[in-house]
Amino acid sequence: MVMTQNSPARPRAAASFAPPRRRRRRATSGSARLAALLVSPTLLVLTVVVLYPTIVALKDSLFGTPGLDPKTGFVRDTDPFVGAENYTAIFGDAADRFWNAFWNTTFLTFTTVALETVIGVAMALIMHRAFQGRALVRASILVPWAIPTAVSGLLWRWIFNSDGIANTLTGQHVLWTTEGFHAQVAVIIADVWKTAPFIGLLVLAGLQVINKEVYEAARMDGASPLRQFWHITLPLVKPALMVAVLFRTLDALRMFDLPYILIGAQKTSVETLSMLAQDEAANVRFGPAAAYAVILFLYVFLIALAFVRLLGANVVGDDESGPKRGRWLPRRRTEVAA
Amino acid sequence: MTLSPRLRKWLLYAGVAAVVAYCLAPFYWMLVSSLRRTSDIFDNSLFPTRISFENYLAVLDPSAAFTRALLNSVVVAGITTLLALILATFTAYAMARLEFRLKRLVLTLIIATSMFPVVSIMVPLLKMFVDMGWINTYQAMIVPSMSFTLPLAVWNLTAFFRQMPRELEHAAMVDGCTRGQAFRKVIIPLAAPGIFTTAIITFIAAWNEFLIALSMTNKPEMQTAPVAISKFSGATQFETPFGSQMAAGVLVTIPLVIMVLLFQRRIVAGLTAGAAK
Repeated sequence: MVMTQNSPARPRAAASFAPPRRRRRRATSGSARLAALLVSPTLLVLTVVVLYPTIVALKDSLFGTPGLDPKTGFVRDTDPFVGAENYTAIFGDAADRFWNAFWNTTFLTFTTVALETVIGVAMALIMHRAFQGRALVRASILVPWAIPTAVSGLLWRWIFNSDGIANTLTGQHVLWTTEGFHAQVAVIIADVWKTAPFIGLLVLAGLQVINKEVYEAARMDGASPLRQFWHITLPLVKPALMVAVLFRTLDALRMFDLPYILIGAQKTSVETLSMLAQDEAANVRFGPAAAYAVILFLYVFLIALAFVRLLGANVVGDDESGPKRGRWLPRRRTEVAA
Repeated sequence: MTLSPRLRKWLLYAGVAAVVAYCLAPFYWMLVSSLRRTSDIFDNSLFPTRISFENYLAVLDPSAAFTRALLNSVVVAGITTLLALILATFTAYAMARLEFRLKRLVLTLIIATSMFPVVSIMVPLLKMFVDMGWINTYQAMIVPSMSFTLPLAVWNLTAFFRQMPRELEHAAMVDGCTRGQAFRKVIIPLAAPGIFTTAIITFIAAWNEFLIALSMTNKPEMQTAPVAISKFSGATQFETPFGSQMAAGVLVTIPLVIMVLLFQRRIVAGLTAGAAK
């Protein structure tokens, strides 16, 4: 279908090489039609599975749960309209649980992303220097990334068991998976283990496109390794690092699997906004669940916006960042052809 | 800050060893624990005193329903990956090669959806699927999974298509191919490694999905493997079958680890394609 629609493309292709102006414009409108045809199925699917549910969530969040109507005394089958009640409840009845989940989410996101960034950059620097055993390092760094979070939750619950290896190695008798600050520590350690290598990978890719001559020039001028790192490596690797940190932050804000499996559902110390919303939905309180989901969505959206606006993370990575691409092309081309 | 070359070399080896140990030690612990007998599961020695496969036999026992969960995972992740790849290949080609208005906006929107909190769409979809009677069906897990696999695939493939020289299609079109033929006969075969890599990355993302699969099922025979292992429980409430859990964890992870080992170069290239521009 795509193919036939565009069948008179031969003269068109020729036109783009020796362009008389009028024909070229026609070629552009043809490519716009083709583009619409190619892009619309994806947009349609995303509209159905993302945009439509979001609008429904907004609507649902204005309705309460069916039950006894306090005014009439009858049992209702349908969800009653409650207006902004689900939202005002986060300052009233549901305040404790909501704000606890909100601060847990924020705290876990901040600490895990900060630790992951430091460890990830350190890993990238080591991998960048290593020439022997590169394949081994690359393979092993992908293992934590590939392990399902559910499995990693189980694995760390076993490690943090009261008679487990963590207590044996440290000589402590901490009940890691019970309520308390240590439960947060357990979640942070498990999350950092799984995701620091991912940041390491992205930063390594950024390191590999830095021109070696810059370092030589710096060394000639007598810059110490520390200064080189601070004034050359870090600024040049910043675009790749920004994207990695943005992705990790948004991912950490929706954290669910790890605390759910490692510590458990409805645990005050580690309940995140995702867990709160899921718990409400699983207990058929769709109204409050939708309200929490909407709040989490807005929170994620604001943080993403702040990243793009204030820190200039270029996620789309299109042609505007031109000069570096040239250096990537030749290597990749051989890889694709091979 | 001047170190002798020899010391530097040893420091580098130590660093590499530390990175490898960091990544593999917990995985190794899962493997070792899964090979212990139930009687010495709390034995914290680095090697199992006697290797036993009793945990694996227990997990793969038909009554445990874990094999069914593995099959469910293959079906859900497989179909999700296939659908996402088909749609994403066309879209990514348009993103990388065609000029049209609002292109940047469309690409930004598609990528933005992948960062969307899954729970925000899961809550309304759960309510809808309850009304539609879709609970405990494969489509109830596949449809929401498209929300994160499709943007991931589009993003990866766009980066791959952009790296391919435009001259390839131009040459084909000068030789008389239409754009469609150039796409089908020149671009697709040459992009096969990129499409394959994207398939692996998308499959791993779909395979690891937990929140949707947990919420959309309540019958054990429809659960996917990650949900099934999270619900493993022992004979009594106070006995957690750590050995079986570790064995199941190894079984769920091994296919992914093998894929990662075989295609590590390509996966790394795919994961970093968009970021390192």
